[in-house]
Amino acid sequence: MNIVIIGHVDHGKSTVIGRLLADTGSLPEGRLESVKESCRRNAKPFEYAFLLDALKDEQSQGITIDTARCFFRSDFRDYIIIDAPGHIEFLKNMITGASRAEAALLVIDAREGIQENSKRHGHMAAMLGIRQVTVLVNKMDLVDYREEVFSDLRDEYTAYLRHLDLTPLSFIPVSARDGENIAEHSLRMPWYSGHTVLRQLDLFRSAEDASGAHFRFPVQDIYKFTGSNDDRRIVAGTVLAGSIEVGENVVFQPSGKQSVIRSVESFNTPSKRSAGAGQAAGFTLETQLYIRPGEIMLKVSEPSCEVGSRFRANVFWLGRAPLVKGREYKLKVGTARVAVKLAEINNTLDSSDLVFSRSKQQLDCRDVGECIFETVRPVAFDTVSTNEATGRFVVVDNYEIAGGGIILENLSSGQTPLQRHISERERHWEYGMVRLSEREHANGHRAKFILFTGSRGSGKRSLAKQLEQELFSRKLHVYYLGLAALEHGLDADLGYHEDHADERLRRIGELARILTDTGLIFIAVADDADDYAIEVLRQLNAPNEVLVVAVGDHLLSRFSPDLQIPAGTDDSAAVERLNGMLATREIIADYHI
Amino acid sequence: MIEYRDRVAIEWNLNMIYGENRDAIEEKRTFPDGNTDRITCCRHLKSEALKKTLSGQWPRFRMDHSLRKYVPDESRTPYTGVIAGVRADEEGSRSKERYFSPRDSENSWDVGDQPPEFWNQFKTDFAPGTHVRIHPLLDWTELNVWEYIGRENIPLVSLYFNRGNGTRYRSLGCFPCTTPIESEAATVSEIIAELADGRLSSVAERSGRAQDREDGGGLETLRRDGYM
Repeated sequence: MNIVIIGHVDHGKSTVIGRLLADTGSLPEGRLESVKESCRRNAKPFEYAFLLDALKDEQSQGITIDTARCFFRSDFRDYIIIDAPGHIEFLKNMITGASRAEAALLVIDAREGIQENSKRHGHMAAMLGIRQVTVLVNKMDLVDYREEVFSDLRDEYTAYLRHLDLTPLSFIPVSARDGENIAEHSLRMPWYSGHTVLRQLDLFRSAEDASGAHFRFPVQDIYKFTGSNDDRRIVAGTVLAGSIEVGENVVFQPSGKQSVIRSVESFNTPSKRSAGAGQAAGFTLETQLYIRPGEIMLKVSEPSCEVGSRFRANVFWLGRAPLVKGREYKLKVGTARVAVKLAEINNTLDSSDLVFSRSKQQLDCRDVGECIFETVRPVAFDTVSTNEATGRFVVVDNYEIAGGGIILENLSSGQTPLQRHISERERHWEYGMVRLSEREHANGHRAKFILFTGSRGSGKRSLAKQLEQELFSRKLHVYYLGLAALEHGLDADLGYHEDHADERLRRIGELARILTDTGLIFIAVADDADDYAIEVLRQLNAPNEVLVVAVGDHLLSRFSPDLQIPAGTDDSAAVERLNGMLATREIIADYHI
Repeated sequence: MIEYRDRVAIEWNLNMIYGENRDAIEEKRTFPDGNTDRITCCRHLKSEALKKTLSGQWPRFRMDHSLRKYVPDESRTPYTGVIAGVRADEEGSRSKERYFSPRDSENSWDVGDQPPEFWNQFKTDFAPGTHVRIHPLLDWTELNVWEYIGRENIPLVSLYFNRGNGTRYRSLGCFPCTTPIESEAATVSEIIAELADGRLSSVAERSGRAQDREDGGGLETLRRDGYM
């Protein structure tokens, strides 16, 4: 079990751990010797805290600079104790440590009482969703083991934590230095009849077994081993919750595609029939689907997850630069990565001075805030109360994880960010004196964006160029553009990176909107466009229209292409069919045919 | 160990590459030769060799499976990442590691300023030129490793087992800086039993590795400089 120990600087966290290790006989002999030897050489008295602060830096500064983990075992079970730094400079280390914990020990100095950090750490525990908290009132030896010091502190801190919806399981008076109430009951505090620290640890409940929860499988990647004549497409990832068996119906979100589990795959083991929470697994499906990494696989028989592009969340910010509106960040939730913007800030709390605000316009480093975020495309997630693992996210700013948060509510009804972008764009569009309908009349044909799609090698590119040639020879206004070339022109600033796929798509859509508005028949080719891409292009090209021509195999399921040409169709026959479609849709006036 | 490495590489058809600090070995700038202290020796033969092999500055050797021997590797392309088996329970400085740990171009490690890791979300975005160490086994224990070896039937170097003299190596490194522990365990299951019943709980896993004890923090000093 992972336990984090947190508290104000010098309130004695490391001493508590050192004592726990020593009193349970969990201390490697080498460790104790080397620390004692180092103390002797540097002429300072041995302290239990030195066992943890093994790094030279720390011993010179006297503070824990990172989250050290140590391992020990009680008679009941194994523990990983995460020693989180109390110093404010090291907040991100504390959060790294605390986010792995199933329970927390909060240490308070009996003499100094509740300090800034004691409050801050209460917030952090609440924010990270650590529900089991025990408070250790340490250094009782310095207040003569007096009961009223303990009970006053307990009452004061309980009241504070109540604001955060956090109720500690217990308060324990201890003297870590002398081992009072750590592993054995203290004879010096006969007024205390509760558990020792060690007993309390054994009483913490292990993280709720996620195997009973609804099945959640964020898709990490699609594995193909075509090189070794293996035609399996393996949907790979880790089962975060629930379990699944061969033969069950599954649905992927946000695409909504459905299939059935054909097999559970794993490397170098006999084949399995099922997979459950915590397992890294691969699945093959009964039907071949095009799925993107980042989608969540769910069971059809269970309630779905949330899908949307706008949500309310609690976030705490650790970035060097503040979290501001308008700037584009990257959101990582489950295995999805998507561009995100901060839309609104409802309230903030500065974790340094604990000042609460409803008017701040940005989140500075160490602020905790309730915010609304918008992603450029819909993502699948859960609210944290439904499923913790898919309800948590991080925000990446310029390569660095700058903030982490928990999703409270899906706010995705109403206009999507794309729809808002388009209505804003159209509002500002400045037309000349010539209307599109006049251009179309003069040209003798309608303006149109004709998009060819289909798998690689289906011959769609050559067909698209033939169509351009054919229409041009009939004196129509037509233009073919190879989209791959945009990488070196319009998209040169983006570089080749998967994260910019949405921005590249947007630019194609904007380009189509402009070209079709000039009255052109604009022809382009997109390999493997899916429903989402077509829908985005359709919206961006509006009010003008898109015609989709699928050549051979394609990935469209919800969206049906305007024309389907089987792979291997003779080019002249295919052009004839295209001509036929352009005529029946009245894109080209009769006299041109 | 080298014999084991090459045997497994051939048997499993692995793309095995190695590099070394040839100059230091030829010029005998090592601890066994009596010309340096332990830490400097580690720095020469391990940190420096690793750094220069990864960067492509020094020659690399690749197992040619048709010849069943190493040949000079033509590729000098720098590696941008390393997956290492370090674990938090081995030693103090390793307990401070992250799962994804960026290093600068010199491979050095800024322990005080590491990226945060939230839940199961790690730092996976890197500026060009970053070198990254990935530690998937960070939260495994020594016992976990042996249980896994047992479950998956992983072939091992015989030095890990007692071969009749009542000692075995618990952690393997260079001669003469590595010493065995007293143990009767001669099989994987005996080692698992030995670890599980706490017989070794008062002996540090790396207690047989002499460089850890140098200068009050030898491994920490080495690791800041690129040691695994």
